[in-house]
Amino acid sequence: MKVLVAVKRVVDYNVKVRVKADNSGVDLANVKMSMNPFCEIAVEEAVRLKEKGVASEIVVVTIGPATAQEQLRTALALGADRAILVESADELNSLAVAKLLKAVVDKEQPQLVIMGKQAIDSDNNQTGQMLGALTGFGQGTFASKVEVAGDKVNVTREIDGGLQTVALNLPAIVTTDLRLNEPRYASLPNIMKAKKKPLETVTPGDLGVSTASTVKTLKVEAPATRSAGIKVKSVAELVEKLKNEAKVI
Amino acid sequence: MTILVIAEHTNAALAPATLNTVAAAAKIGGDIHVLVAGAACGAAAEAAGKIAGVAKVLVADNAAFAHQLPENVAPLVAELGKGYSHILAAATSNGKNILPRVAAALDVDQISEIIAVESADTFKRPIYAGNAIATVQSSAAVKVITVRATGFDPVAAEGGSAAVEAVGGAADAGKSAFVGEELAKSDRPELTAAKIVVSGGRGMQNGDNFKHLYALADKLGAAVGASRAAVDAGFVPNDMQVGQTGKIVAPQLYIAVGISGAIQHLAGMKDSKVIVAINKDEEAPIFQVADYGLVADLFEAVPELEKLV
Repeated sequence: MKVLVAVKRVVDYNVKVRVKADNSGVDLANVKMSMNPFCEIAVEEAVRLKEKGVASEIVVVTIGPATAQEQLRTALALGADRAILVESADELNSLAVAKLLKAVVDKEQPQLVIMGKQAIDSDNNQTGQMLGALTGFGQGTFASKVEVAGDKVNVTREIDGGLQTVALNLPAIVTTDLRLNEPRYASLPNIMKAKKKPLETVTPGDLGVSTASTVKTLKVEAPATRSAGIKVKSVAELVEKLKNEAKVI
Repeated sequence: MTILVIAEHTNAALAPATLNTVAAAAKIGGDIHVLVAGAACGAAAEAAGKIAGVAKVLVADNAAFAHQLPENVAPLVAELGKGYSHILAAATSNGKNILPRVAAALDVDQISEIIAVESADTFKRPIYAGNAIATVQSSAAVKVITVRATGFDPVAAEGGSAAVEAVGGAADAGKSAFVGEELAKSDRPELTAAKIVVSGGRGMQNGDNFKHLYALADKLGAAVGASRAAVDAGFVPNDMQVGQTGKIVAPQLYIAVGISGAIQHLAGMKDSKVIVAINKDEEAPIFQVADYGLVADLFEAVPELEKLV
């Protein structure tokens, strides 16, 4: 079974971003970039499926600037077999990304597509579901457990009230949540080997996809800041403040 | 302008997040219709008809919609939604699951988790775990939007008398099936709707120690949450996670116990009215956002707090 994993290059999750002075966006100059944490979990899940003999080939794809090759190489070092970069210098909306992924799915014909549930930059949580609509595949979003059984995949999902399990016909799409697995680190020999694995670059034009968007960002601002309050010395003082000053209990 | 709001419900009852979503629709302006898609969902539909400001309730009652499988519900919403100016759903796990599938079916972008309505086509939403707020404008024929409940005060659940109309449409797409669910059972208020939330982090050390927080919560009538660290460590189940990728809460009082305050956690609670932090590490970042900080051993402070409130 072929597995397609989609990943995104984002600002590293430890970085606290700052809004640019002209409110055009956040300042990403000289900021550490990494693979989106949910995408690392997606790569790991695909690798585990291959180790179990369920997956035969793992193709990793990203849509992003030329520098996103770094994240593809990381995925190759973790165990993906080959990589596709759909090169686009522009920041694309989820629908455009889903359309590009649909074109890759049409070409590659994977049985399973695994991707992160959300990117920690735009916080959209849309692309997997949109790809589901465009391909007609079933979707198992926010997955905490994935089990392929015959021509179906059982996905346990993290939902507001607890957990839900659905059975999806293959081919299907899975989006990962935090508890699905703990991603491994790439070993040095595997990082070296990854440099020789195939990486193909295409453009949205090559795939025949228009990336036009119906949404534009007018401005980006810093959120209202919350200043630190006071330190209380005792539980009794805390209770007194909550009752008489804040009046919340 | 007519807005279609997708009801969040359990078939038997309407979920509170629906009222916040209707509030966002009211800010946009225009007639508001509510779609209740479910199975044996008459009670939820009846409740939807009573929401203040709702003009019409559409009910799609079909076994295929019982568990809100997106493969079945999204085509229905896309078909019904074509004639509307906006389609809104709560940014719950259910709304997030279904609505992007609707947007793509309609070939429009979606705007996720709005926290404010600037005009009928312009909205504010947090990005980068709430470290920036983007103002976005949509030129889509149908604007597909999820609504963060904490950004909008709920409309009244009573007072309306909307007509209820049955609608048909898409049913079982044959791509997916519901297998089962494990839902947390609790007598405490729901995390996202509670007026007071008590949350524990890695400092709780183990799941058993959460009993101190449960005892305090029961005294206060509060819900209990947790940081990602506590959930990842297996102390408590995932549905208790507050943060960027967990639940977003904005109660009157948030008590963070043994939580260091990673930006991903702050993203889920920093709009709370009053924040209390109890942590033995006085350098913990949580103190930078706390109105009242107490540097103390939580195993002494929490039982004492429980006695005094």
